[in-house]
Amino acid sequence: MIATIIQRAVMQGTPLLFGSTGEILTEKSGNLNLGIPGIMYVGAISGVAGSFLYEQAVTTLNPFLAVFIPLICSLIGSTLMGLIYCFLTVTLRANQNVTGLALTTFGIGVGNFFGGSLIKLVDTDVPSISLSATSTIFKTQLPFADKLGWFGDIFLSYGFLVYVAIIVALISSHVLKKTRTGLHLRAVGESPETADAAGISVTKHKYLATCIGSAIAGLGGLYYVMDYANGVWSNNGFGDRGWLSIALVIFSMWRPSISIFGSILFGFLYVIPTYIPDITVSTKKLFEMLPYVVTILVLVITSIRDKKENQPPAALGLPYFREER
Amino acid sequence: MEQNFALELKNITKTFGSVVANKNVSLQVRKGEILSILGENGSGKTTLMNMVSGIYYPDSGQMFIDGNEVTIASPKDAFNYRIGMIHQHFKLVDVFSAAENIVLGLEDEKGFDMAKNIEKINKITAQYGFELDPHKKIYEMSVSEKQTVEIIKVLFRGADILILDEPTAVLTPQETVKLFMVLRNMRESGKAIIIITHKLHEVLSLSDNVAVLRKGEYVGTVKTAETSESELTEMMVGKKISLDIERSEPENCEDRLVVDSISCVNREGVKLLDNVSFTARSGEILGIAGIAGSGQRELLEAIAGLQHLDSGSVIYHDPKTNQEENLRDKTPMEIRQMGVRLAFVPEDRLGMGLVGNMDIVDNMMLRSYKKGKSMFLQRKNPKSLAEEIIERLEVVTPSADTPVRRLSGGNVQKILVGREIASSPTVLMAAYPVRGLDINSSYTIYNLLNEQKKKGVAVIFVGEDLDVLIELCDRILVIGSGRIAGTVDGRNTTKEEIGLLMTKSSREEQEGGSEE
Repeated sequence: MIATIIQRAVMQGTPLLFGSTGEILTEKSGNLNLGIPGIMYVGAISGVAGSFLYEQAVTTLNPFLAVFIPLICSLIGSTLMGLIYCFLTVTLRANQNVTGLALTTFGIGVGNFFGGSLIKLVDTDVPSISLSATSTIFKTQLPFADKLGWFGDIFLSYGFLVYVAIIVALISSHVLKKTRTGLHLRAVGESPETADAAGISVTKHKYLATCIGSAIAGLGGLYYVMDYANGVWSNNGFGDRGWLSIALVIFSMWRPSISIFGSILFGFLYVIPTYIPDITVSTKKLFEMLPYVVTILVLVITSIRDKKENQPPAALGLPYFREER
Repeated sequence: MEQNFALELKNITKTFGSVVANKNVSLQVRKGEILSILGENGSGKTTLMNMVSGIYYPDSGQMFIDGNEVTIASPKDAFNYRIGMIHQHFKLVDVFSAAENIVLGLEDEKGFDMAKNIEKINKITAQYGFELDPHKKIYEMSVSEKQTVEIIKVLFRGADILILDEPTAVLTPQETVKLFMVLRNMRESGKAIIIITHKLHEVLSLSDNVAVLRKGEYVGTVKTAETSESELTEMMVGKKISLDIERSEPENCEDRLVVDSISCVNREGVKLLDNVSFTARSGEILGIAGIAGSGQRELLEAIAGLQHLDSGSVIYHDPKTNQEENLRDKTPMEIRQMGVRLAFVPEDRLGMGLVGNMDIVDNMMLRSYKKGKSMFLQRKNPKSLAEEIIERLEVVTPSADTPVRRLSGGNVQKILVGREIASSPTVLMAAYPVRGLDINSSYTIYNLLNEQKKKGVAVIFVGEDLDVLIELCDRILVIGSGRIAGTVDGRNTTKEEIGLLMTKSSREEQEGGSEE
């Protein structure tokens, strides 16, 4: 029972972990990308579209291509979203909040439009597409997972994207903390004029961090459809996971390593109502609020402690013009 | 054979629009030498050095490094020529440690090794006698530690020519002594050092040669050992220039504002105002002269109720009720209602007093929004006031509905000063109201102040240009390091006298500091 709950929590948390790792990288460059929900949505539908077309084209799936095609499609889709965001906010210096929110609306619209179109193509009774063959490949467990009892359930029973999420978070954490690239990226987010004076290209770092961050976040969407939802796409099925990812960024105080545990905690809070017997719908909704409540608590505690390292990057949300001082 | 100059400038000229910031400036500095660049505020010292460090590009003139002509088009070029500049405003990332800031922006030869970098930093600190913990975060540092980080940052990059822009402006006397010791160590190790300053005693105690600038023009270079304070002062301020500002005799003078021994300290514990006492009289213009940042701003803010005072009192004599009130316990709003007005023109004119994105009428309403009877704002009176100011002060604007930020600096200042005057004040404080203005606009402002003086207003004028202060003011209060250095009569003082007073107080402090 406990093993199952943890298993579900990790699976629930993985999209959030992808989303928050991506958003942390983005925010460290000083870009507050509120388009993450839309970007994750686009990441999901791009993967679905790629996979759908591949499944339609062949009779037997090549396992490598069945993973590779949706993966590449998803990365391209979400990176493009990141590029749009960068072009608008960095090059054209549009307001970051407005651009981000617009991208969220846009991304969900794009997702629902192409999702709806694909559903029309297959001509089914239910308003969804099922890519169960691809999903099975995405969900392939590690060997021995079912032979090692609870240990296997908790640690080995997941599809490969779960491990990718954790590895990406660990790498991001290492890059931010220990490498010169990370140092320069943080400098850009903290004080772009200082970085500029030190000869660091602010524009380049913002573009790279935001696009890579978007690509990572998009994988969260892909994981959700292909693994968590068993390859079933239905419009608006993604829920509020995008916003939870942004909440998770604040919860983890801009540290991808903390984000790993945060995502499992958020996932746990998300799934716990289903394990409480006789729960009413209204109580369940109350439980769904818990991740946000926890985030608000973290915000309150960090601002009371007022430790500079736990604050958002100082130049977050501010456009940078060299000439305007 | 004579050694090549580490850096030589020949006939450098730089203009910003119609303003000439530097005109035919030439100077040289050798290795193992400290050169001071001396000049009043706005004499073009910083502009000149910004050209050497690649921030500006000169209109004409040549630069030579080690005898070879060079073109410095960007800060990167300057760095390649081993020129490092320490700006007055530090460029540091607050949440980073000292070491992280120092290595920022550099390329690694093989891998990023913080421990090795820290080792190198420690070597530099030991070599020149700095005190610095490379792991300390910038936000935990004092101003002088931050400056140390900036200097080490430049040395870490291998700079041989160091330029320091007013390095002592933010330091305590003890810290200044320490900095000078480090600079002398650097001189011993063969660095060429240029220090921008307007403090005479620093020039005399530190440098080998002094180059003097006055209003953008190069006056000359003298050997420190062969010069004297009075000679330098004369070079710096030049001869008196007559401006012909009409000055009437003060009439019906009575004490309006009696400031009695006020003091205040900032968060770092540095005294901003130290036992300042003076009296502002009605029908008189009281000038305040002093090096920028000597406490002028704090003084005016203290009177306006914006600055917390640690001791002393500000007694206001109300001409209507003939009562005396202490402004110290009043809120800014109460003080305003008593008729005390502050027109403060900060470095960015829009920063205090006006809202750039709002139009002229709305900016007028910032002072009157509490008036009016209904719950809706009254735009009629402010609108006519705005139009009156536009007409009387010849503000160049498409209409009264134009956002203030679209206007030129001079027009913005006219609106600011005009609005304060329109409320018929009893005390008018104007800080740098002509900063950055052309001659005509400046005269409009001077005339406005004179007009107020004739109306019996006590005018307090903080200015930079000593010529103007002498021509305009009845009495001039000279302030230095938050203390009153002296009061002179505007009618029979000289620039030399004020100049000496301006530098005197900080010199005494310096001597006091080195004894400790």
